[in-house]
Amino acid sequence: MSDVLLAAPSRRSLSLHDAKVRGIIYQLLLAASLLALAVGIAVQTASNMRARGIPLSFGFWNEAAGFDINQTLIPYDTLSTYGQAFWVGVVNTLYVSLLGIVLATILGFVVGIARLSPNWIVSKVAASYVEIIRNIPLLLQLLFWYNAVLKALPAPRASIELPGGIYLNNRGLIIPEIQLYAGAGTVGLAFLAASIFCVAFWFYARRAQNRTGKQLPGLWVSLAALIGLPLAVFLLVGSPVSFVTPELKGFNYRGGHQLYPEFAALLIGLSVYTASFIAEIVRSGIQAVPKGQTEAAHALGLAPGKTLRLVIVPQALRIIIPPLTSQYLNLTKNSSLAVFIGYPDLVQVFAGTVLNQTGAAVQVMAITLSVYLAISLVMSMAMNAFNQRFAIVER
Amino acid sequence: MSGQSLHPPLVGAPLLPPMAPPSGIRPSPATWIRKNLFSTPFSGVLTICFTVLAAWLLHQFVSFAVLDAVWAGGQEQCRANPEGACWPFIVEKFDYLRYGAYPVSERWRVDLTLAIGAVLIAWLLWKRAPRRNVAALLFFVAYPVVAFVLLRGVASLDLPVIDTVLWGGLLITLLMSIVGIVFSLPLGVLLALGRRSELPFVRAVCVIFIEVVRGVPFITVLFMANFMMPLFVPDYLTPDRLLRPLIAIALFSSAYMAEVVRAGLQAIPKGQYEAAKALGVSYFTMMRLIILPQALTIVIPGIVSTFIGLFKDTTLVAIVGIADFLRAVETARVDPNWAGPTISSTGYLFAGLVYWIFCFGMSRYSQSMERALARGHKS
Repeated sequence: MSDVLLAAPSRRSLSLHDAKVRGIIYQLLLAASLLALAVGIAVQTASNMRARGIPLSFGFWNEAAGFDINQTLIPYDTLSTYGQAFWVGVVNTLYVSLLGIVLATILGFVVGIARLSPNWIVSKVAASYVEIIRNIPLLLQLLFWYNAVLKALPAPRASIELPGGIYLNNRGLIIPEIQLYAGAGTVGLAFLAASIFCVAFWFYARRAQNRTGKQLPGLWVSLAALIGLPLAVFLLVGSPVSFVTPELKGFNYRGGHQLYPEFAALLIGLSVYTASFIAEIVRSGIQAVPKGQTEAAHALGLAPGKTLRLVIVPQALRIIIPPLTSQYLNLTKNSSLAVFIGYPDLVQVFAGTVLNQTGAAVQVMAITLSVYLAISLVMSMAMNAFNQRFAIVER
Repeated sequence: MSGQSLHPPLVGAPLLPPMAPPSGIRPSPATWIRKNLFSTPFSGVLTICFTVLAAWLLHQFVSFAVLDAVWAGGQEQCRANPEGACWPFIVEKFDYLRYGAYPVSERWRVDLTLAIGAVLIAWLLWKRAPRRNVAALLFFVAYPVVAFVLLRGVASLDLPVIDTVLWGGLLITLLMSIVGIVFSLPLGVLLALGRRSELPFVRAVCVIFIEVVRGVPFITVLFMANFMMPLFVPDYLTPDRLLRPLIAIALFSSAYMAEVVRAGLQAIPKGQYEAAKALGVSYFTMMRLIILPQALTIVIPGIVSTFIGLFKDTTLVAIVGIADFLRAVETARVDPNWAGPTISSTGYLFAGLVYWIFCFGMSRYSQSMERALARGHKS
């Protein structure tokens, strides 16, 4: 009996009963069929594109685009190339996503913490917010903000005037333009110096606390430095700033910065929608911290606010961060819904207008997908680094 | 070991009924208010602010949707009333919002298809229903065929063929979601199994597919399906314009399903796999009879929430020119015959309510399932 058990196969016969052999055969079959599929599609696509006169190269990249984009953060005009249009789209996507992430995080944390409030009505209002917002499609919310709220504002001639030369109408929010004169750079330098001072003071305060056990009023000193120093310099050099108030000329306002309704609707929609998911993540993260931690903090005499800030949130963050990252990624991906309301993001400009003008579907889609994949990759790498940095250190 | 104990029982047989809490502790409404609404001055301020906010929002909603709304009449009444919702607009457009341009005489086919689907889904989701595996078989295998025959029509069965251009409204939304779940769940199971496979190439293929699909927005997948799929195949095989987004939605949600199923596979104790292997059960039998039934049961809440996401994502098919429910609302609200101050808001309110009822209902089901599963694990 033991002989049978111990007898290892001295030579491996290539038999279909061997799981390893079968594994290799399965994989070869899969590889062959995938390869056949890929080659078939490639050949067919190439011949279809040739038959329809669609360019197979990336030559369109340097051709003049010939269309205008109303909201750009980088220089662009109708003479620019398709390549520049692509970068406008990328920058716009990143811009609205970053702003959306900041707003959604703030709103989400507020709502999530409000859901756990001992105050009955506060927690119920927060819970209703979450339940209503996350059960309605984002697209519907975007269309609502854009068509039913922002586009329903009065026309430029009947603008709502807000104090400080700000106008609100169905073309957007128009705020005075800031013009800088000589000396404005000094104010910037003062701000920089104040920031450096704050960092230094923060280090000093921490060492002082470690040595003496006394807390220095770090927040107030920092605020005073950050606001006071630039303000003092600003007044010293004689207010090197003027505001150009927008004026109604013809059908629209001239002068001043314009916040477009497309951008505003997208930003509001993305932030409000994602915040409802972040709130749930924050709530479950905080609830996952054992109750004993709160009780111990209270027993040590920490006030509820400090308990939350110094004891609960740092521990909850470990649980919150990974799902939070995936919400950030979702927000970035959802910013592609811009195409429905006409905000010039990557999909609207590149996969929309450029694709329609050049017909180069394969190239354009490949580039677009790569951009989103790259964003996903960078974000998950950043989060992995963060997780490693803040993981619980065990023996 | 067996047999009766010689000692009289130490514990009295009938348990005493639980006593009511002493009256001093029982919270009176005043105590409740003090504890839950005005425990600190700050809490009191919050209570007042939030009560005012909630009351204002509720008042806005009720006065728009009910009190100031136009309930009967037509365009003139709605145009004259800039304050409230215009429900006659919804009433007139109701059929369009449900069926799109599907021929009126054939709409019973849509109703029948949806009714069959509803019965099957209820059978699948009802926890105490008998023979749920039959329901699964019918839903995932027979139903797609029946639905195709009924909705599109087969001339030889005396069901005139209805071109997909005419399909629209809630029909499209439900069709997209049902096709999405019917195809994405089996595909997702396969992908999840592939991702946990011991064969490196199979694993790599599945990981790449899942991660790439999850890394890109649904809109780009729809664009790809719409613009690139016709290039991939010879002209005579070009997929129907409705079929392209259907393929896109099935592939897209299968990647998300795969991750949900994988979580379930990982939650099954290793002993289950080892016991099956020790009994000499083959891989597929093991998966079919031992692992998947357990894994799929514990991820039902995850499947339902993925389905909610899928249901909400169907709104995006409008970008490739499919008239789903939301697109139908958009088309209806810009109808010049009904141009009025509150038509847009009414349309969005109605659409929001419809989507909300579907999604909220499903999430409630998922939560109750989650609680039931948690109970099952504790006992």
